[in-house]
Amino acid sequence: MSETVVAKDGSDVEMRDVVALLKPRVMSLVVFTAAVGIIAAPAPMHPILAMSSILFIAVGAGASGALNMWWDADIDALMNRTRNRPIPSGKVAREDAVLIGGFLSGLSVMMLGLASNYIAAGLLAFTIFFYVVIYTMFLKRLTPQNIVIGGAAGALPPVIGWAAVTGTIAWEGVLMFLLIFVWTPPHFWSLALFSNEDYAKAEVPMLTVTHGTVATRRNIFVYSLLLIPVSLLLAVSSIGGPIYLAVAIVMNAAFALRAWMIVTRGDRDCRADGWLAERRFFRLSLTYLFAMFAGLAADTALRSAFGEFPHWPAWTWP
Amino acid sequence: MTFFREHELHIRRRRRNAWVAGALGCFALLVFGITVVKMSDGHLMEGFDHAVRPSLLE
Repeated sequence: MSETVVAKDGSDVEMRDVVALLKPRVMSLVVFTAAVGIIAAPAPMHPILAMSSILFIAVGAGASGALNMWWDADIDALMNRTRNRPIPSGKVAREDAVLIGGFLSGLSVMMLGLASNYIAAGLLAFTIFFYVVIYTMFLKRLTPQNIVIGGAAGALPPVIGWAAVTGTIAWEGVLMFLLIFVWTPPHFWSLALFSNEDYAKAEVPMLTVTHGTVATRRNIFVYSLLLIPVSLLLAVSSIGGPIYLAVAIVMNAAFALRAWMIVTRGDRDCRADGWLAERRFFRLSLTYLFAMFAGLAADTALRSAFGEFPHWPAWTWP
Repeated sequence: MTFFREHELHIRRRRRNAWVAGALGCFALLVFGITVVKMSDGHLMEGFDHAVRPSLLE
């Protein structure tokens, strides 16, 4: 019997533990944004190739999640939020995680290359490398800017989706990248605010640990404001439209308002209500991203049903 | 006398093995599907092969 199929505590690895290793919740975001990248791209793609591309982008994301858990097993065991993950809870051995992650990384890149093109496959390989090596191995334990720079990995899926169809990285792809890139810091910092003790215990230099909660709140607000021009640029691009614009106005207003509520609070208020505003902001940030990309998909559907929107700016990079 | 003796390990891992079999089956189907689509879209396979053929002159 091979040792690689036996978990630390001697029991067999269950399929659900392997699935948990692939971070399915993160994967759902990757699947959705990559799918919108494919849908919004200005060229047709055969449904089987499109579905395969989305699947392999998702597998690549899952693989990087497994490699992240392999590397971070020591700090995951210290944090309440992550101590039930498959490796620290003893359900999957570290050696298995690195094997699964490594195998799925290679498979996903190779298969995406076959299903779409090698530009998309190269971007997926870069995303996995960036997330595992640059973010997980270096940035995460080195600098409070960890999730700012590391956010690039999470922002790439729609660009990969776009490249899978067109074989290029266009201005619209860059704008979708920027939307997720600027969204990532406030999303994670709100989580860090109510998980600060966890990060401090594990000595992860999150902004809340190195610069305190006041500076983090201020940064959340600044990034929430930065999101407004970035998201509006998408509205006036060739993939934007009236639905996206309406969603962007509503969601940005809600996001900025909630960010302002966070910046005006103190730690005493937070402890009193169990970090309610921060938890709400975190949940809103998830809704924000799904709504914005759903808006892009809806405009693409409208455009394909009724043709281009008359007088819509469709501004591109000069 | 039985020709097939099921090991305890097989019983214990039946569910996981079924999942692996299902995943491999789906993967094979997917590769088949991609192949069919790529073959139907055959112009991508017609790279220059150092010999003139009618389709190059069109």
